[in-house]
Amino acid sequence: MSRSTEAQPSLRASRRPRTGDAVLWLATGLATLLVVLVLLVILVDVVKNGAPRLTLGFLTQAPSDGMTAGGIFPAIFGTLALVLLMTVAALPAGVATAIYLHEYASPTATATRIVRIAVNNLAGVPSIVFGLFGLGFFIQFVGGGMDKLFYGGNKVFAQPALIWAALTMAILTLPVVIVATEEALAAVPRELRLASAALGATKFQTIWHVVLPQAVPGILTGAILSISRGAGEVAPILFTGAAYFLPTLPHSLHDQFMHLGYHVYVLATQSPDVDATRPLLYATVLVLLLLTFALNATAIVVRSRMRKKFSGSHA
Amino acid sequence: MTQTALAASESPTGNLAVSELFVYYGPKRALGPVTMLVPGKQVTALVGPSGCGKSTFLRSLNRMNEMIPGCHVKGEVNLDDEPIYGPGVDAVAVRRRIGMVFQKSNPFPKSIYDNVAYGLRIGGLTDRSELGGKVEHALKQSALWDEVKDRLHESALGLSGGQQQRLCIARALAVEPDVLLMDEPASALDPIATAHIEELIHELAHNYTVVIVTHNMQQAARVSHHTAFFYMGDLVEFDKTETIFTKPKQSRTEDYITGRFG
Repeated sequence: MSRSTEAQPSLRASRRPRTGDAVLWLATGLATLLVVLVLLVILVDVVKNGAPRLTLGFLTQAPSDGMTAGGIFPAIFGTLALVLLMTVAALPAGVATAIYLHEYASPTATATRIVRIAVNNLAGVPSIVFGLFGLGFFIQFVGGGMDKLFYGGNKVFAQPALIWAALTMAILTLPVVIVATEEALAAVPRELRLASAALGATKFQTIWHVVLPQAVPGILTGAILSISRGAGEVAPILFTGAAYFLPTLPHSLHDQFMHLGYHVYVLATQSPDVDATRPLLYATVLVLLLLTFALNATAIVVRSRMRKKFSGSHA
Repeated sequence: MTQTALAASESPTGNLAVSELFVYYGPKRALGPVTMLVPGKQVTALVGPSGCGKSTFLRSLNRMNEMIPGCHVKGEVNLDDEPIYGPGVDAVAVRRRIGMVFQKSNPFPKSIYDNVAYGLRIGGLTDRSELGGKVEHALKQSALWDEVKDRLHESALGLSGGQQQRLCIARALAVEPDVLLMDEPASALDPIATAHIEELIHELAHNYTVVIVTHNMQQAARVSHHTAFFYMGDLVEFDKTETIFTKPKQSRTEDYITGRFG
């Protein structure tokens, strides 16, 4: 024994670190396996029970017979309309805010720090609080004000509506857009900014021609991730525009709308015949999952396409 | 030839007259006072150990220092009697006349053509044939045209390191500046690419005032007409390159160029 400790370290590793390795490997591996299993169980359950009802008719018809038959087209339509409006509202405001914070605001100024803290805290606010905020601010304050000004006090905008739900959702997703855009801007190499400035470009020209094109993949990724989060959120729209059931599609911004996430809640809790509704519920969940996956997949494809384009790996 | 480095009256344009220039990073003096006349249409090398202020000096010649937070400048720099730090003078306008090439080549992730055309386009040039002509001219001046003329619309990032650096030189030349500042333009390149760049610097001096920062004493000796030695934020000595390298007046200069310190 004493000879072996004095001699050169053997190529055979001592047992102890190997044991540690094995334990850690086992523990982390099991944790990973558990996560994968849970996901698999959920997916298999949803697909097995939902897929048989996922027909063209289900996707294109309205619910009927007290939610025990028919499809979910109004909810799909409402979800897409909501997400579209939300994006139109959140993306420009979020990107502009991020550009200001990252390119123009002094990073050491107190005001900048406060804005940053506010943005980060906004991301942590529970979504139901956004719903209440939307009800109080958009519907009662803004909508009520608009009704007084333009509609002689008649209730047009001072009630839950697509526009208010979309704006509430936009505020909810703003932090994601801002943070993703800021990260994308920060990833643009400083050398490129210097090169542009040294050629006599103004700050605006540098941002517009050099920084933004480089940052677009990152910005888009953030945008699509926030969209897919928005597509699944229900709490913010409970009070601001989602409807239990509507006989017609929304045809203006101040109409209410049906929503996939809310429809899942409605099917699960409000059905007169639980057994008849269950397959519909599963199929609706499946559609919501597919929509979210499709959005995330789009994000990945868009990002890699853009990366290729801007890194110039082909002409 | 002029008798002293400071008399550069024979150069018609592109003279940079620096007087009492100080540069500070926050409260700390990084450079100064510097008073010297960078002669037009010649190559001036700035040498000295790391942190001596030579790159700071270079950046203060086209106000790129202003990109560094906390940096401020005192004193005067005149480009042919126009004060570049004068009241109302726009740094953007200064940089169009005093271009810059960086240590690490930094082409935009755009095509070769778009890289060279960038400065012209942001300057408002839209005429396609005029753009094309100027891009070609700039690429010829930087001795890159023959290598890239068949693939102008391919990504600039596909070029080799040396080609990328010459592209950056072409990009800087395209806007037709009076002065070209170069911050160790060949330090990241292999000896062959370095030789290309040095040859190019020689050629450029016919039309441009070139100021080059270099850590390579042989390079300074090979390419420059005048050499300035900086140490600890001071301009120690400025003279014809031949004089600096054969009989410098200051012992610190001699110690440095002979490799005794630094």
